[in-house]
Amino acid sequence: MGAATRGVRVPAWVLALVPLLLVAGAIALFAALDAPGLGERVGPPAEELAVERTVLEPGVIELTLRNDGPDAVTVAQAIVNDAFAQFSGAEEPIGRLQTATVRIQQPWVEGEAYEVALVTSTGGTVVHEIPVAVETPVADASFYGLMALLGVYVGVIPVAIGMLWLPWLRRIPPAWLRALMGLTVGLLAFLAVDAAFEGFELAGEGSQAFGGAALVFVGAGVAYLLLAGVSAWLSRKAAGATGFTLALLIAIGIGLHNLGEGVAIGAAYSAGALALGAFLVIGFALHNTTEGLAIVAPVAHGRASLWRLAALGLIAGAPAVLGAWIGAGAYNASIAAFLFGFGAGAIVQVVVTLLPSLRDDEGRVLHPGAVTGILGGMAVMFLTGLLVAA
Amino acid sequence: MAELTRRGLIAGGLAGTALLHAATAGGHQRGNGHHGDGGHANFRDHVAVDHAANGFDPHALVRDFDRGRTRRLPNGRVLREWTLDAVDKEIEVMPGVKFAAWTYNGRIPGPTLRAREGERLRITFNNASRHAHTIHFHGIHPAEMDGVPGIGAGEIPPGGSTVYEFDALPAGLHLYHCHVRPLAEHIAKGLYGAFIVDPAGGREDADELVMVMNGFDTNFDRANEVYAANTIAFAYMDRPIAVRLGELVRVYIVNVLEYDLVNSFHLHGNLFDYFPTGTSMTPAEYTDTVMLCQGQRGIAEWRFEYPGRYMFHAHQSEFTELGWQGIFEVA
Repeated sequence: MGAATRGVRVPAWVLALVPLLLVAGAIALFAALDAPGLGERVGPPAEELAVERTVLEPGVIELTLRNDGPDAVTVAQAIVNDAFAQFSGAEEPIGRLQTATVRIQQPWVEGEAYEVALVTSTGGTVVHEIPVAVETPVADASFYGLMALLGVYVGVIPVAIGMLWLPWLRRIPPAWLRALMGLTVGLLAFLAVDAAFEGFELAGEGSQAFGGAALVFVGAGVAYLLLAGVSAWLSRKAAGATGFTLALLIAIGIGLHNLGEGVAIGAAYSAGALALGAFLVIGFALHNTTEGLAIVAPVAHGRASLWRLAALGLIAGAPAVLGAWIGAGAYNASIAAFLFGFGAGAIVQVVVTLLPSLRDDEGRVLHPGAVTGILGGMAVMFLTGLLVAA
Repeated sequence: MAELTRRGLIAGGLAGTALLHAATAGGHQRGNGHHGDGGHANFRDHVAVDHAANGFDPHALVRDFDRGRTRRLPNGRVLREWTLDAVDKEIEVMPGVKFAAWTYNGRIPGPTLRAREGERLRITFNNASRHAHTIHFHGIHPAEMDGVPGIGAGEIPPGGSTVYEFDALPAGLHLYHCHVRPLAEHIAKGLYGAFIVDPAGGREDADELVMVMNGFDTNFDRANEVYAANTIAFAYMDRPIAVRLGELVRVYIVNVLEYDLVNSFHLHGNLFDYFPTGTSMTPAEYTDTVMLCQGQRGIAEWRFEYPGRYMFHAHQSEFTELGWQGIFEVA
């Protein structure tokens, strides 16, 4: 009753540390007492192994495994197409999130399908399909050169060609230009959705311990926030140059998207799943040419020097080369999923930034011209996309 | 871009690969590099099943015939007795892979019970497993001795016991197994064995072997991961079965394989006389390959003409390369 609280002045940072120290102490005590009251885990060990990378050499199938599950996994035997096979590697149990590489001796034949079943110490099987066996390219200089060429073919050149619409854009009336900006939004929206789904599909393939599909969202969130920050910084720094700023943002967004695309191309090529047929490159080229249009639309009525335009083109297209290198050299489905999410998030941010430029004289965004443009952009992407999948 | 769906790529890749090949006129067909000695399928090197820990060795088991204990009944007949215990036991079915098996007397296959035609047989069954089991014998016997649920002693609960008693009839090669629902599981987990009734007049002296063809579904997908004769795959590859040149070899072959429709036995470098179910002394066939469904069995007899190493295996290549193969070393 009436006892006055004695005010002891404790520094603020100590107060911030108290809960952290308590939780550390509680964890230590809990571990020291061996989880009192909880006892043994119910049921057999949960074994989850993801195959992160498949490399085929003559006579050898090499798989890089990652333990996704809570318990250590021991690979005891390997079965390829219903026959036990000799292999080396993974002699020790693979701990949680650890990786191991097994080299399986298998006289595989090009173009045939293989099913590798790794038998664990509990008798469970981890099954990995190789739909089409093709020798994994050796990652030497000429290989990276080929990947660079591929990236240039599908990324840099089409975007640059698409940007050649600029002179035409400069002569068309504002209403047309708004419709073309709508077209750009449609193109980008299609790419964002497509990249997200691609990311989800890749996330399903990779190790789930790193978040699986959540990686796509994380990538998208990071990209959106980063690009929003860059956008805010650019518009403050260069007030008035909104046309070029927009173009730069679009180029960055498309570039990030092409990075993920390059990863997928490179990975598919090194897995033998990508035929470098001429019509595949042509399909990609047509498909990506429209991206060039998207970049130059905002600068139609501004001034942009040639070298700036070239820079925009490179920002949008060159990441395809980098992506192809990453995909072919160090493919990892989780990283690819993250990059696709990153691309999708970047594009969403660009779309949000672009939308005000669609406004007509009455301030409407979704006016008939814009809607037509957006639908047209989606249609263009869909149709040219069919060429790629063909 | 971005239509690069994996599935689309694969389809595209297939078509494209074909095109590429046409264009380069077989430029680089590759792969199929050979490895090592290009030998037989087998488990990975430098690991082996611990037979001692399993409690049975396929090399001993192949010539192990359990004749039980006998005594003469007042009426002059021979009474032959065995005790079989159902035991849950972890068995290493491949090097490094443990399987929670159900066994008779701690081994798979259970003991090869061997009697003579016309004897009185008494099998005491103790169920030390955590699950209900029976022993169902093939052969001629009264219904209540059939070892199936709901008839006679029916299912023997954990801790329970019963006695199966019947005459050793007819002469031939038979088998026994658990008959409790779910049947496939009770058999696949290891509750089976060979049951031989020798004809009253006996058979010609021979080097006798028993091979119970089985498999194990270690991941419970109702398909076997590993196949063998006498449980341990490749055991007779790693250490061949030694037989003598010119000596009569007699193999009692029993198929208990679960989850696959048929199994088979194939001998290299020779043909054999085959006596289906061993019930006739006249061979039904002179062949090198016989096919058996589950529960089917027969006796194969032959003499090796030449020394050397001769393979024997299932003539389903899948079973062969998943473990069911071995070698006779003739000297």
